[in-house]
Amino acid sequence: MLRQLRPASVLLTALTVITGLAYPFAMTGLAGIIFPAKAAGSLIERGGTVVGSSLIGQNVTGANYFHGRPSATTATDPADATKTVPAPYNAANSAGSNLGPTSAALAERVTGDLASLKAENANDPVPVDLVTTSGSGLDPDISPAAAAFQVPRIAKARKIAEDKLRDLVASHTEGRMLGILGEPRVNVLVLNLALDDLVRR
Amino acid sequence: MTFDGWIQIALYCAVVLALVKPLGSYMTRVFTGERTFLSPVLGPIERGLYRVSGIDARQEQHWLAYTGAVILFHVLGFAVLYAILRLQAVLPLNPADQAAVAPDLAFNTSTSFITNTNWQSYGGETTLSYLSQMLGLTHQNFLSAATGIAVAVALIRGFARASTGTIGSFWVDVTRATLYVLLPICIPYTLFLVWQGIPQTLAPYADATTLEGAKQTIALGPVASQVAIKMLGTNGGGFFNANAAHPFENPTALSNFVQMVSIFVIGAALTNVFGRMVGDERQGWAILGAMGILFLAGVAVTYWAEANGSSVLNSFGLTGGNMEGKETRFGIAASALFAVITTAASCGAVNAMHDSFTALGGLIPLLNMQLGEIIIGGVGAGLYGMLIFVIVAIFVAGLMVGRTPEYLGKKIEAKEVKMAMLGILCLPLMMLGFTALATVLPAGLAGPANAGPHGFTEILYAYTSAAANNGSAFGGLTANTLFYNSTLAIGMLVGRFLVKIPVLAIAGSLAAKKRVPASAGTFPTHGGLFVGLLVGVILIIGGLTFFPSLALGPVAEHLEGAAGQTFAAGG
Repeated sequence: MLRQLRPASVLLTALTVITGLAYPFAMTGLAGIIFPAKAAGSLIERGGTVVGSSLIGQNVTGANYFHGRPSATTATDPADATKTVPAPYNAANSAGSNLGPTSAALAERVTGDLASLKAENANDPVPVDLVTTSGSGLDPDISPAAAAFQVPRIAKARKIAEDKLRDLVASHTEGRMLGILGEPRVNVLVLNLALDDLVRR
Repeated sequence: MTFDGWIQIALYCAVVLALVKPLGSYMTRVFTGERTFLSPVLGPIERGLYRVSGIDARQEQHWLAYTGAVILFHVLGFAVLYAILRLQAVLPLNPADQAAVAPDLAFNTSTSFITNTNWQSYGGETTLSYLSQMLGLTHQNFLSAATGIAVAVALIRGFARASTGTIGSFWVDVTRATLYVLLPICIPYTLFLVWQGIPQTLAPYADATTLEGAKQTIALGPVASQVAIKMLGTNGGGFFNANAAHPFENPTALSNFVQMVSIFVIGAALTNVFGRMVGDERQGWAILGAMGILFLAGVAVTYWAEANGSSVLNSFGLTGGNMEGKETRFGIAASALFAVITTAASCGAVNAMHDSFTALGGLIPLLNMQLGEIIIGGVGAGLYGMLIFVIVAIFVAGLMVGRTPEYLGKKIEAKEVKMAMLGILCLPLMMLGFTALATVLPAGLAGPANAGPHGFTEILYAYTSAAANNGSAFGGLTANTLFYNSTLAIGMLVGRFLVKIPVLAIAGSLAAKKRVPASAGTFPTHGGLFVGLLVGVILIIGGLTFFPSLALGPVAEHLEGAAGQTFAAGG
């Protein structure tokens, strides 16, 4: 095996440099030239400040905005570094709830969320994505049904006609990619920014 | 289940199948040393590498020397990765000021990446510097995949050759797999992923001010270059904690589709390489056929279970399937399909949280790994894992007719069957043995986040994933502890080497054998009868070994859930 030490160590070093340094650096350079905005994280700026990324959901709770899905992400407890506290849409620590299908904690959480959602809109059935956490905790999208469900609340809070909001949702609904892949969806941050623009106009 | 969901699944299978022949043909040329269209560019680099390393490309190795080279390459790779992780705090490219990785976590992570497992005890964006991600993880993503391909090619040579003492050169195989197969695909693939929205930057994490004025720190990094090889090399270790569910690792339904294709493509094409190198492509198609039957059965069960929804969600009258732990842009079909693919291959990347799958939806990923990830499987590892089962199936067929079994003109004798059984039996020993241990020790019982049968499944899934070198998890399990980090690492090492070494021993033994001409009594191994026998042997061995553990976990949970039972953790 000793005879193999030189091929092993030299080849490992060379391949490490090629695949671990040359390849990612070259890709970073190329991507930055060809797709600068996307390579930097699809950040959205408004008036010179970054308001978020179009691919990352945000924790929005006001009645005047569309809300994303529940998020199970956490952050370190500022009072005790060994513990974590809930921190929805923490984009520096992605995570799902990991609650199983027979979890009592899941049943309890859904019960609570359903009660508050039914209080704001008793007429429509609650879409399943509004009471389930996403895998990443950062899901930027909701289903078109989940957006429609929130229209009455926002119309009331902003004193806008519901039809106007429905049009806004429809124009921001993306279909399946190539007509086949994935599911129809609405990007919540982009929709909320358009909502602000609508009011400002 | 929807019609559109099934169209997505059918389209997926069609695309993978269409790629088998062209990629198989190309890879055959690469591993038989013929010129390819990339030789003018890569040839000089390849020869330069051999020159500085003192490698004679024509010097082939006996199986023992080949095995020695494999082990040495792993040991050195481990040392490099471990050092990088422990020293990351003082090394450059650490904009988020990550501290040194703790010794047990560094041991677990290094083991995990050299064995192509990529189990995530670490949480990428909260633990690792950019340099650790690139120089540490990305390079092992390449090399552990290249090693898997090399061992598979060595075994193919064992079948293809006769009366010879050598099975190829490991150094040449690993170099060619990296330079001619993995890198040329990864370069355009990375750019495609950036186009879809995956970041590729060395800039520090971005600070955003949200619509409501709160601060949101957005983790970034050189993500696309790592995601490309993590999928293509069936590694699966995420740049981020949430892996391919994270919008920065998998931003669109199209990126998701291409990632799923890239998980299977090399493994599927290797069956064609096998067929071509043994001189009968039908042999490769027969193996792919057996894999395909098992795969489609798994997809059907998981998609059906997830579309039906979980008992808790259904009890509230919610419709639309089990969306807990799934992303809106993928929905039920693409999440269920991904889960079956990632565990059929030894990828382990996840685009939805398996822990939150329904009991039966989560059973299939678990079973896929318990069978040894032979349904397409890890790059290389899937093919050699399947060929081990082929040897057992041929042996069983020989017993039935009372004739010395033969496969591709090679007599399958006691040595091959013993080695094959060693490779098969080390997996349940690790999976079930450690699960049993963890369910009686306090350190093990501290792990699960869910109570009841689901908690047991979390432990079983962890050791299954480790020994099968998969790396996906029922993520609720708190695995970043001394007990789990160490025992899981042992499971990964045994699962990697106690399969690889017997496989290389079989390769050496077969290569030395004379070829027996086919006769009227030879059992044809390219037809439906053989495919049926192979699938039967796999299911009988897997079923007998693992049914009791599945009954205690997912099956019990399904029945309890159907009866309306829920379980409170800590109660």
